[in-house]
Amino acid sequence: MDKPVREKRREVTLEDLEAIEVGAAILGTGGGGNPYIGKLRCRQELKKGRRIEVIGLDELPDDAMVVSLGGIGAPVVGVEKIEQGEECLRAMRALERELGCTIDALIASEIGGANAMEPMLTAAQAGIPVVDGDGMGRAFPEMQMCTWSIYGHTSTPSAMADEKGSIVVIRDTPSEIWVERLARANVVAMGAAAGIAMAPMRGDFVRRAAIPDTITQALALGRAVLDAQATNADPVGTVIDQEAGRLLMTAKIVDLERHLKGGFAVGHVSLEGFGEHKGQAGRIDLQNEFLVFRRNGAVEVCVPDLIVVLEADTGLPITTEMLRYGQRITVLALPCHDLLRTPEALAVVGPAAFGYPDITFRPMPGKPPGAQDS
Amino acid sequence: MFRIGIDVGGTNTDAVVMEGDRILAGVKSPTTEDVMTGVVESLTRALDQSAVPKGQVGAVMIGTTHFTNAVVERRHLARTAAVRLCLPAAQCLPPMVDWPDDIREAVGDLSWMASGGNEFDGREISSLDEDELKGIADEIAAKGIDTVAICSVFSPVNDEMEKKAMAVLRERLPGADFTLSSEIGRLGILERENAAIMNASLRALSHRTVGAFAKALESVELTCPYFITQNDGTLMSRDFVQRYPVLTFASGPTNSMRGASFLSGQADAIVADVGGTSTDVGAIVKGFPRPASTTVDVGGVRTNFRMPDVFSIALGGGTIVSGDGDDMAIGPRSVGYRIFEQALVFGGETLTTTDVAVGLGLAEIGDAAPARAIGGERLAAIKARTDAMIVNAVERMRVSPQPIPVLAVGGGSILIPDRLGELPVIRPEHFSVANAVGAAIGQISGEVDRIFSLASIGREEALAAARAEATEKAIAAGARPETIELLDQEDVPLAYLPGSATRIRLKVVGSLHG
Repeated sequence: MDKPVREKRREVTLEDLEAIEVGAAILGTGGGGNPYIGKLRCRQELKKGRRIEVIGLDELPDDAMVVSLGGIGAPVVGVEKIEQGEECLRAMRALERELGCTIDALIASEIGGANAMEPMLTAAQAGIPVVDGDGMGRAFPEMQMCTWSIYGHTSTPSAMADEKGSIVVIRDTPSEIWVERLARANVVAMGAAAGIAMAPMRGDFVRRAAIPDTITQALALGRAVLDAQATNADPVGTVIDQEAGRLLMTAKIVDLERHLKGGFAVGHVSLEGFGEHKGQAGRIDLQNEFLVFRRNGAVEVCVPDLIVVLEADTGLPITTEMLRYGQRITVLALPCHDLLRTPEALAVVGPAAFGYPDITFRPMPGKPPGAQDS
Repeated sequence: MFRIGIDVGGTNTDAVVMEGDRILAGVKSPTTEDVMTGVVESLTRALDQSAVPKGQVGAVMIGTTHFTNAVVERRHLARTAAVRLCLPAAQCLPPMVDWPDDIREAVGDLSWMASGGNEFDGREISSLDEDELKGIADEIAAKGIDTVAICSVFSPVNDEMEKKAMAVLRERLPGADFTLSSEIGRLGILERENAAIMNASLRALSHRTVGAFAKALESVELTCPYFITQNDGTLMSRDFVQRYPVLTFASGPTNSMRGASFLSGQADAIVADVGGTSTDVGAIVKGFPRPASTTVDVGGVRTNFRMPDVFSIALGGGTIVSGDGDDMAIGPRSVGYRIFEQALVFGGETLTTTDVAVGLGLAEIGDAAPARAIGGERLAAIKARTDAMIVNAVERMRVSPQPIPVLAVGGGSILIPDRLGELPVIRPEHFSVANAVGAAIGQISGEVDRIFSLASIGREEALAAARAEATEKAIAAGARPETIELLDQEDVPLAYLPGSATRIRLKVVGSLHG
């Protein structure tokens, strides 16, 4: 590809992968799957001599063909039936065949969790760059919850590939939700783990619709936690400073309720504050991701702002599947990007979309991300 | 009937003789390089002290760090063939991909990936290819390898492929030991496979160790059966540990916590084990340690064993205290085993937490005069700080508002005050041999961890099926059926999947025959 400017391009190194693993899990807000396997796979690619090149949104030419892709399936299956390795690459090639085009760059739909890694490793395999940004700035349970869908991109045709070599192309659906439905049904047939590549987007659209700089953000978050661990410093304070976040509560889990509803792990955790939050009662509702935080019964932070749960001792992120009675945690809120706070975005990723019609989204107090310190 | 519990620790080999719930004798001997000399020494002294006739000892239970140490030190590990049934899936990350180089080389770095494996719902990813496996068997034979680990995708859901592959390989490798991942680990293929490979590499050492324990017992004329404790506080028979040495990992802290629980009669409690340099705090629920939820590294290799959840702080009997007022610092450095030369009460020049306890009259060790000379006000200030550290650690382990007791054990437990906030502190008798007691009281367990489809049966039925399967396993391992009870059950719905599949983890325990 000869279109993007090359000056700002940089590479992801083996060391960066360790930090991105942690940072992506933090941005997963309890869901998104574990990036550990993806990290190992990226590492294998780098050891083979392949390179992960990152370009900024501003480097994308208007007419660049950008594809968002990632793994789809159940996280618990992903740690057992590991991918063959080139599922996403095959899905991407299937799209090129379907459309008779050449894809110039890849981008993550979801930086939070396992899917932060997939575009990086497919980009390395394909020899094209990965864009520093994504379609959520966090994790969400459904594909149409990414900014591409919200701001008008149609994800058909989409191509799915499994480890056995099968390809399924989804096209001509009446709406985005049908892409999601068909993909879900198909991924179960494929053994609950597959790669999916969505219809290419133009560079000028991606520049407008993507949450910017989220690979850099994941890297910085992970670095903050790992560096703090190495020096016995406080990772939580560093994360809050870097991300304009807020400490909600240091607490212990005193009740945990999880059940299955429509294919999702749904439930809540009740918290009892300790330290400076002693005497306070907290509650987090979850649907794969953490959705709503209440203090003493009152809603304080809700989706799409990020509710992050870290292990109190280590600062490492805890996923909804790792939650356990008696666990000691630190709950943080990080502001979501303004692209997720518009009326059209809130209709798809606001509290009402998750079954909370009574909760009105109010942006968490604090600086918007990217704001400069005075 | 009498029982003997032995704990082979890094420093000491402890032994206790018990009759029912009574402790008749408890001794400590230094752990020896060959392990067995120390075991024989402790056994002999414990038997002498208790005056129990050898013929009336019904069982010996041994807790050992032997196998953990072999992995940590990369010693005595056999070259191992790792065979994964997965293709075409999972080939991007070959076996041992995330192992430190030195241990991967220590086990020979030999792996094969072959057809096979199952989907989450039991369908085959691909069929087993016997010819392919025969070819692999020939390659393994040519390399002179005699221990094989087999790991198939989703084998915790369906172990048929691992068993069939073993049968095919065994035809061409008649003398080899086989470890099947489904018999050891849980979902999470890399972690389960890691455990299986480590287990396979420890099989030869396990045969030797089990033989040596038998010899040690023989040399003191004990003819009873003996058992080894595993990481969940339950027992393994001699045959079982020969096949699954890896299950002994982390049995030390487990035995110590269970012993404390038993000695105090408290089934739900927090255990604070204060050593010379650190305090380990864990929680006992229904007599068993609460497991940690995260993955655990053993010698740099990631596993998903259920290890006890232990929170450690740098505060022990030898912890160095410096400064005063705002500059006061407690630890993290400790005089360690040099406490008998360096602490004030032993004529040394270093102020330690033990000196503080002695100075305040909480313990009588050595010469109290130099400790008292520090001055009551400063001693009280230091004590307030160490108390706060312990309260904080204990609070982190609490799981409910119920004021459960704190069990203070270990050589440095004089540091623990009689109350921690609202929690009462219990100091059990014989606390210094709590881990040998923990071994002696080991029970037999059966565990199931599988995905159940709720399409045709309800959740209750699935739980009942899991419980029946776990009970069967416990009986097969030697438990008396009428003593078996449910210890722990958990079901986690599978996220991101429509339909109803749920992962059930369930464990039962029962008392040993005889």
